[in-house]
Amino acid sequence: MTTSIQPNDVLAKAEALRNNLSTGFRDEIVKSMYSEAESIAHRAVKTASDKKYDFDQKIDRLVTSPITGLPIMLLLLAALIWLTVEGANIASDAIATVLFTLGDWGRNLFNYMHAPWWVTGFVWDGVYRGLAWVISVMLPPMTIFFPAFTFLEDLGYLPRVAFNLDWLFKKAGAHGKQSLTMAMGFGCNAAGVVATRVIDSPRERLIAILTNNFVPCNGRFPTLIMLATVFVAAGFGGLTSSIIAAATVVGVVLIGVGFTFVMSWILSRTVLKGEASAFTLELPPYRRPNVGRILYTSIIDRTIFVLWRAMQTAAPAGAIIWILANVPVGASNLAAVIAGWLNPFGVLLGLDGVILLSYIIAIPANEIVVPTMMMMYMGAGMMVDGPSTNEAIRSLLIGGHGWTILTAINLMLFALLHNPCGTTIITIYKETKSLKWATLSVVITLGTAFLVTFLTATIARLLGWA
Amino acid sequence: MTNTKINLPTEQCEACPAFYQLEQMGIKVGDFDRVIALAGNPNTGKSTLFNTLTGLKQHTGNWPGKTVTRAEGGYQFNNVKYKLVDLPGTYSLLSASQDEEVARDFILFGQPDCTIVVTDATALERNLNLAMQVMEITDHVVVAVNLMDEARRKGLEVDARSLSRDLGVPAIPITARTGEGVHTLLATVAEVIEGKVATKPIRVNGTPEFQKAVYELAAMIEQMSPGIPNARWLAIRLLDGDARVQQAITSGELNEIVARQQRADVQFSGKMSVEGRQ
Repeated sequence: MTTSIQPNDVLAKAEALRNNLSTGFRDEIVKSMYSEAESIAHRAVKTASDKKYDFDQKIDRLVTSPITGLPIMLLLLAALIWLTVEGANIASDAIATVLFTLGDWGRNLFNYMHAPWWVTGFVWDGVYRGLAWVISVMLPPMTIFFPAFTFLEDLGYLPRVAFNLDWLFKKAGAHGKQSLTMAMGFGCNAAGVVATRVIDSPRERLIAILTNNFVPCNGRFPTLIMLATVFVAAGFGGLTSSIIAAATVVGVVLIGVGFTFVMSWILSRTVLKGEASAFTLELPPYRRPNVGRILYTSIIDRTIFVLWRAMQTAAPAGAIIWILANVPVGASNLAAVIAGWLNPFGVLLGLDGVILLSYIIAIPANEIVVPTMMMMYMGAGMMVDGPSTNEAIRSLLIGGHGWTILTAINLMLFALLHNPCGTTIITIYKETKSLKWATLSVVITLGTAFLVTFLTATIARLLGWA
Repeated sequence: MTNTKINLPTEQCEACPAFYQLEQMGIKVGDFDRVIALAGNPNTGKSTLFNTLTGLKQHTGNWPGKTVTRAEGGYQFNNVKYKLVDLPGTYSLLSASQDEEVARDFILFGQPDCTIVVTDATALERNLNLAMQVMEITDHVVVAVNLMDEARRKGLEVDARSLSRDLGVPAIPITARTGEGVHTLLATVAEVIEGKVATKPIRVNGTPEFQKAVYELAAMIEQMSPGIPNARWLAIRLLDGDARVQQAITSGELNEIVARQQRADVQFSGKMSVEGRQ
């Protein structure tokens, strides 16, 4: 009977054989492999001219230069958001008008058929209104922002962004490739978390995962754009207004990127100590984007995907709000009572009870918080029914509910910094296989959101601004 | 004869009856006859080729590292059903970031019937390094020289025959974006699998003493785990002191991976869940 061979025998044998080999044997093999590849490629490829390549390099010198690189990047981002703001303004009104008119027809139809009041209310004022709000707030910006973002991605601009920011990440003690996963986070934070697989060091990968949520994803952009347009830029007219709105959103994005660096720096000096590792980043050639694919990706993969997800949360959220608003508590209703409880804490953060309650209801997909909030103001009898334009929303909120510019700014900050959405948290858990890191990702972001909004509110009040 | 013969314009292909030999099967690959892996450097158009063949809409983007998970789809060519596995792009099969591990584990243990190494015609030299590493593992390799349109714009001419001769495996010029050369590629893949085209990959063998050591160790590994694929490659990695491979052998993970990959091949799940969406 022969004894079977154990793994350790194999390893020992390998060890013994290796010691007999001359040192550097493998380097020799790798070296000869490289030179072989070189000569094969040399034999097979004939070069005629370098014209296009030169042009690519000229552009790259401009967009990745230490002086012009960052300003160009910011200008591109600002232009992208400005386009979105301008375009969305037009579409938003039209869509809202159509959807809310449809809602009125539906309600009339139900009344005509003598449906019980609570059926009509639940269906049309609850579920349908939740959906209508989400679509009219989120769809218009998405149809402009997503194709433009996908265009830049297909063109090959993302690696240039990574190249421009890489040194900052290194300074923060993180991996330079985190700039790439951060750029991906602008698309979707869950996708950004998965994209961190390109980072080989587990320490730096965790930093990239935990801080990815600080850049607003495609789902949160519409919220930010809407808040900036309706509340911050509203005092100005026409072109100035849209430019100010775009500048505000760029500012918020920069704050998010700033927090990414600060938090990476803190993490790499506390729980995730270590040195930044080196890597090479390949700048691919610019490629002519394929129009068909851009449309497919931005409409099917992004718009429909994000909207469908938002609608799945919005329908039950609308139902819950309607129920809360229609359960009487004394002279008031349940929604108003809960919002009242939360109000002191909300005010401390420069927000209010309704906003906090909306966040709680919208946890599965918190990009729908603004529509939820609108419904809450209306549903809890706090807001008169039926505003369909940005103008009306603003006048009602500011006029009727003590909203100030501080509320709007803090809401934007909170929307930027708060906990990842349900999908992202699950993705973080799957990628790290650890409840601890998934929890920490929530604690870090939510903690930052509370701290920052509390500080801005307190400072603003101390200085007498609000 | 030059490579222009296989650079058929797409319009002509569409008029040709052979065009209809390809049927995109999307993710319906319940039963398939062959498994094909798509390997290559990052950003060489693997996902674009994957989409062209399967009719799926795997998200593509012009930056290295777009694909970090394994995507699977199917196509039918000349009545043979193929499962196509799109692997993350890698520069080598040695390092151990997670995306590279996904690619390496599959080529090593998934035992694809053929591996298509997608290369960038405009950066062939660097791309061939990975092709040669893949050829260290398996004989059944077809090199797809992609981005031919870009190469032409840059004034590069690629002689596919010279490349095939030097590498010892077929090299087919393609443009995955337009479908140019894709039929020739598929026909060649089929021929390689059926053995109609014999491949004899170029291998850098090193000194005689090294070859002897590899031979001895490989024999021992085969004795330890009968039926293990790629014993030769594992032996080379062990002689090189690859910690990941050492760990895989001692922990019994190696056998586990082989078993898992075989299971995964039998029941393919076409999940395009959140993680696949980007």
